Amino acid sequence: MSEPRKDRPGFQRRFRSFRVRPKTIIINVVAWAIGLAWLVPFVGVAMTASRPLYQTSFGWWNLSPFTVTLNNFIAAWNYPGCPLSLGQRDSFFVALPATIMPMLIGALAGYGFARFQTRTRNFIFVAVVLFMAVPQMMVAVPVYNLMVKLGLISNLLSLILLHSAWGIPWIILFMRNFFRTLPTEVEEAARVDGASDFKIFYKIVLPMSLPAMAAIVVFQFMWVWNDFFFAQVLIQSPNWYLSTQCVPRLVGQFVRPFDLLSAGAILTMFVPIALYVVLQRFYIRGLVGWTIKG
Amino acid sequence: MRDPGGGRRSRLIPSFLGAILRLWNSIGNYPWRKWLRSQARFLSFLLPAAILLIVLVVYPVVATLSLSVVDPQGRFVGFQNYQRVIGSPETVNPGCLQNESPCGTLINNLIWIAIHLPLTLFTGLFIAILLQNVRGGSVVKSLIFLGMVTPLIVIGVILRFILEAPIGLAPAFFGWLGIKSLAVNWLVTPSTLLPGLILGTVWSWTGFSMIVYSAGLTTIPKDYFEAARVDGATEWQIFRKLTWPLLRPVTLVIVTMTLLWELKLFDIVIGAAGSQGGVGGAADVLALQMYRFFFIIDYNSAAVVATVLTIFTLVVAVALFRRFLNLPRRKRPARSRRFGWTRRRRPAGSEPPAQDAA
Repeated sequence: MSEPRKDRPGFQRRFRSFRVRPKTIIINVVAWAIGLAWLVPFVGVAMTASRPLYQTSFGWWNLSPFTVTLNNFIAAWNYPGCPLSLGQRDSFFVALPATIMPMLIGALAGYGFARFQTRTRNFIFVAVVLFMAVPQMMVAVPVYNLMVKLGLISNLLSLILLHSAWGIPWIILFMRNFFRTLPTEVEEAARVDGASDFKIFYKIVLPMSLPAMAAIVVFQFMWVWNDFFFAQVLIQSPNWYLSTQCVPRLVGQFVRPFDLLSAGAILTMFVPIALYVVLQRFYIRGLVGWTIKG
Repeated sequence: MRDPGGGRRSRLIPSFLGAILRLWNSIGNYPWRKWLRSQARFLSFLLPAAILLIVLVVYPVVATLSLSVVDPQGRFVGFQNYQRVIGSPETVNPGCLQNESPCGTLINNLIWIAIHLPLTLFTGLFIAILLQNVRGGSVVKSLIFLGMVTPLIVIGVILRFILEAPIGLAPAFFGWLGIKSLAVNWLVTPSTLLPGLILGTVWSWTGFSMIVYSAGLTTIPKDYFEAARVDGATEWQIFRKLTWPLLRPVTLVIVTMTLLWELKLFDIVIGAAGSQGGVGGAADVLALQMYRFFFIIDYNSAAVVATVLTIFTLVVAVALFRRFLNLPRRKRPARSRRFGWTRRRRPAGSEPPAQDAA
């Protein structure tokens, strides 16, 4: 048994919240120090990108001449070998349809998995889940050959299709888990009123699943935008390079254009980070939802 | 019950389809027909997904498998491709311990896992526990998580601003400390390239384990900790006996996901060290090797490397997905067995069975 509190227990209880213990201060300081230390590489890139190269080439932490300029960003935006203006445009052209299409297709299939009690269901589900583990490298060669036959190499359509197929398994898994949490009464009522399966799906179920859709949009868009390998395999013409493909092309052969490189890095990571900052709630929900809840 | 719309429908569609439909309706409501119809309903929901998956995932996987056992002319050669690729020092170099040569892609992947996995796991757990009672903890979490949403190729480029000589922080820092062996350009020194990149991935992927551990920590009821503190447990005992065991399912998820990323590692190496995997391939990995084979149109070797990689990832993934699939089915009987007595317990007030006395 612990010691009985003899002297004024009410006093202690009332003032506990006001007392700041040294341990709490230390924990707060250490935590914030770790958080800021984690930012150091980003700070380095930002410093290099926003200043002329002669100020940073011997260490971006040298602050003595400090002038802020946008020239590096403009140079990377119009870099002749791989202009990021085109790269960003193409990345958007790929990422938007490659987000919407698998979302709808995957939601449809996930609904099928969640609602229909059939013998084949578990079998197919195991197969779908195993696809998620297949590395991108496993499909690269045949997909490349297929796209050569279809004449879709260096065509953004090939990348859209491939990313759609690649995103569908986890979207099915995610949407199935979500649909199982939805009550079935509304759907049954609609079925009694004579609505068909598909009508129920797009009139009733889809509007109810908008929060899950938001998580999928954030996740899938970010995944497609951040991808480098598929783009590198399928997009071979400099006219259609994506944003991520431009970044390694800014690394010079003998002289490092660190100013261009850092500006290109920032431009490329700007979109996913902005998306994350704005839609953080959905992103974390998606991440935690499909890893923990299962 | 017959389908009431069947007759009307048959007038609207071509006659041969109508004939099939009439035949179908005349069969009556046998169980197998009901089963077939439910299957058709189910499969119609899957159809678009199935088409995309079969054309762009299933077929390519099978094609890669078959590419890995034939020669460039298409003749079956068994496992000769595997022997050639895995036996080459580029993949596995057993002599790397004696001389200072790089260890090969497969070994590098395993080194990466051996160093990165425990580091990122425990750093993430430590930060997650530390941030439980910190003011503005969610902001710190967001800062640390930024590395997870940044494109991996950009992560590789960012590492240059830490590791590369004239501009990077690490060489200057160790030069300032006076440690000569580390005050070098980390990206062109074979002995520092791999550790540098591994630490870089720890930096960028700790956000994942931290976020998932934080979410896992919130699922543990606060009463457990309070009860343990009342009983006089030290913080270490609480962690060892309470937090760690309760977080085990979360740990399993983090370990498998991190293992999958480590095996598929590609962008970071190409961004920081180039497509050759750094000087002499010091940081070369399987995925990069596969890409180079693909690039020089040696599709059979590329298929071999891809297949080896897939075998690794499937072994890892099965551990995770067993949990996804079996949990609801397996958990219930186990619990009812363990707590079976709760069901057999008599209602309050009634006598216990008398056989025990005998």
